[in-house]
Amino acid sequence: MNRPDPRGRAPRPGFVLDVDKSTPPILFHHGEQFRLEKLPAGRSRVIYPAEPLAGLDDPDEAIRQALLNPINEDPLPALLRPGMKLTIAFDDLSLPLPSMRQPDIRQRIIEQVLDMAAAAAVDDVHLIAALALHRRMTEAELRHALGDRIYDAFAPHETLYNHDAEDPDGMVELGLTRHDEQVTMNRRAAESDLLIYVNLNIVSMDGGWKSTATGLSDYAGVRHHHNVATMRKSKSFMDRHSSELHHSNWRQGEVIKAHGPRVFQIETTINNNTFGYDGPLSVLQKREWEWSARDRATFIGMKNALDVTPSAARRKIFQAWQAPYELTSVQAGEVEAVHNKTLENVFAQHIVPVEGQTDVLTFGLPYICPYNVNSVMNPILVMCLGLGYFFNLYRGKPLVREGGVVIMSHPTPWEFHPVHHPSYIDFFEQVLADTTDPLEIEKRYEKQFAYDEWYIHLYRNSYAYHGVHPFYMWYWGAHALQWLGRVIVVGGDPRSVHRLGFQPASTMQDALEMASDVVGPRPSITHFHNPPILMADVS
Amino acid sequence: MSRLAKQLDLPPLPRGLSPVRRYRNLGFPYRAPSTPRGVAVAPETANRGADYDTAWARKYPARLARAAIVDGPMRLAVFGLAAPDRRGQDRLASLQSAAIFAANHHSHLDTPLLLTSIPEPWRHQILVGAAADYFFGTRLTSALSSLVIGAIPIERSRVSRRSADQAAELAAQGWSLLLFPEGGRSPDGWGQPFRGGAAYLAQKSGRPVVPIHIEGTGRILRKGRSLPQPSTASVTFGKPLVPASAENTVRFAARIEAEVAALADEASSDWYQARVRAHARATPQLTGPTTGAWRRAWSLGDRSRRARQRKRRWPNL
Repeated sequence: MNRPDPRGRAPRPGFVLDVDKSTPPILFHHGEQFRLEKLPAGRSRVIYPAEPLAGLDDPDEAIRQALLNPINEDPLPALLRPGMKLTIAFDDLSLPLPSMRQPDIRQRIIEQVLDMAAAAAVDDVHLIAALALHRRMTEAELRHALGDRIYDAFAPHETLYNHDAEDPDGMVELGLTRHDEQVTMNRRAAESDLLIYVNLNIVSMDGGWKSTATGLSDYAGVRHHHNVATMRKSKSFMDRHSSELHHSNWRQGEVIKAHGPRVFQIETTINNNTFGYDGPLSVLQKREWEWSARDRATFIGMKNALDVTPSAARRKIFQAWQAPYELTSVQAGEVEAVHNKTLENVFAQHIVPVEGQTDVLTFGLPYICPYNVNSVMNPILVMCLGLGYFFNLYRGKPLVREGGVVIMSHPTPWEFHPVHHPSYIDFFEQVLADTTDPLEIEKRYEKQFAYDEWYIHLYRNSYAYHGVHPFYMWYWGAHALQWLGRVIVVGGDPRSVHRLGFQPASTMQDALEMASDVVGPRPSITHFHNPPILMADVS
Repeated sequence: MSRLAKQLDLPPLPRGLSPVRRYRNLGFPYRAPSTPRGVAVAPETANRGADYDTAWARKYPARLARAAIVDGPMRLAVFGLAAPDRRGQDRLASLQSAAIFAANHHSHLDTPLLLTSIPEPWRHQILVGAAADYFFGTRLTSALSSLVIGAIPIERSRVSRRSADQAAELAAQGWSLLLFPEGGRSPDGWGQPFRGGAAYLAQKSGRPVVPIHIEGTGRILRKGRSLPQPSTASVTFGKPLVPASAENTVRFAARIEAEVAALADEASSDWYQARVRAHARATPQLTGPTTGAWRRAWSLGDRSRRARQRKRRWPNL
């Protein structure tokens, strides 16, 4: 049962607005800033996300029911017994975005799972942050995701920890898929009597076999789907049935099913309440013509204050924001059946039907992507967020036609977090200075970075992303790079933008003129009004 | 001899007596009359004890003053004396209404500690059930208790439903209540059996009960001491409890006590081990072992988490 909507009316679905002369300037996210851009009337349209669906009235009870009545699986208490080896893996800090207010959904679920394990007197319990080749979570981040009770009960005994894909004794190979892809898994998870995976779905890419096949894997396992060929064949990687990335993960899932531990999958979906119904950022999830006097005053005050705030302080302010997301569904049981149900619920929130493609696609990139939580959004992540995530948020065919232009708005500073992204710095300075062609990069540089001892040391002992991770960010945009005629970054640092192989523009007007060189005069324009998240179902 | 004394024809006082002694030596009408033997005394109608009318303390001026006291000097004092570690507030995330907060009781510090720990929106819409015979003994203490902590009188020395009915009415009006179901501070550091007040009020008002465990305040200001000794304390909030349809007051009170005992176990060990023991019905009781006094005191020493977790001075290399 869903709770009554705080707006006093049913949430409105997403829709496509045709821009005319009376359309107000449209909000563009611009990193830790915002822009208001007037789009040409008569040939522009704006895709708006759906309003947040109402959250579940009693999330704890919904979770309990999901655990007691799983899909195609025995009730969880029936799978628990004294003396068993139980491992609970959970999504890392890349989800949700931004971090949600406490209690986090992972905490709510894992507390109930553990309570059932306690009732069955299970002593041997490990909790693993399934971060694959992402950076390790800090104590504060683990406490935020799981709560103090879980952290204090397990971390001191070293039974709550981050997955380590480079631990020579910590990984096992489960076998090969029918396409000769290696399947590797965290040893503790693989040798458990039961592996419970707790997922938090924010986009349709997440969940399913990708959770265990990627999250608990290592470079040897991940490289079979995190590569240029796979990403170019994934159209898009947000649409599981058209995604080669997912096909590969599903094949690995078959091996896990045959030779790995029994997996009990718990998946959840959240609504679009990223910026709240009230409060300082609520204006960001309202449609521009519905901004009240108070909203406008808030926006003007916020924008002017941000203009004079140093960038480090701005970053702190934005990274401190915790979204009041609400749980919209929870399902547990057999992986594939659960994931199908999850996709239905994700799409119910995100899908917006759109007719036809466009010549020019615009979007404003926000301050956060999955790989810069509590960190810096460096130029490689700007590319990944724009051409990887935003470009691929479609079903059917891309929003922009082949040979079209993407115009992104982001300051794109030449700035990196030295602790979190050390290999990104070298990738940017050395690799991109040489070539921006994903295939060339993969062929000439990937292994060198993947096996670099220093990056491996930093991944295992510091809080660094794995040495190979910036390559994956670049591959994430490989489909878009192949598809597009030009990429323009409005308001971006020209040096960084040129290094990425894109073109900088000072204003949206300039960018549209530059785009017309590629797509001809008076091109059709579509603005992707994201976040909150939407996914275009293009017919 | 003063002019007034002369006018009133008072007997002369011995030389050298202080004004205080002089006042003490004064009799009726300056002092209350004694009651003649054999005369029935009319029932006292004084505005104190369980009869004290606290309605004024729930009006906005008093609430504003109380909010200023709680969030100002009281918070500072609690921080200075107890440096509290507050846990489990996230368990209240789904609590939508007013509630009855029920905690174990070690010290006079418990009320300020909880008033500064209970999160919004309950903190400034809460009343504290206070012993009528102790906090409402005089007009001055009654007024101060009502103003500073939002106290309402609860009878504990005699069986009376009047104070309970008043509390239930306030809970039904949307006020949260803070109660100490043990009925008084712990005499020896261990808990006492829970009485049925909180359970009765929950059933009567339909409000959920939030179990709370307090640890450490007994070290700071235990019963019988007048000066506090700064130390550390912890507050652990539990999940709100709702009486089951077939559950009577006695059983619900026992369940509240069991939940507080589980929270105590959680505070002294860790959450998962506490849950394992709770499911196995092996949670240590709040009231402690039924042994001799010295052995009870001896086993009390093990219960502080901080006592067991010594600060590491050097890193483990």
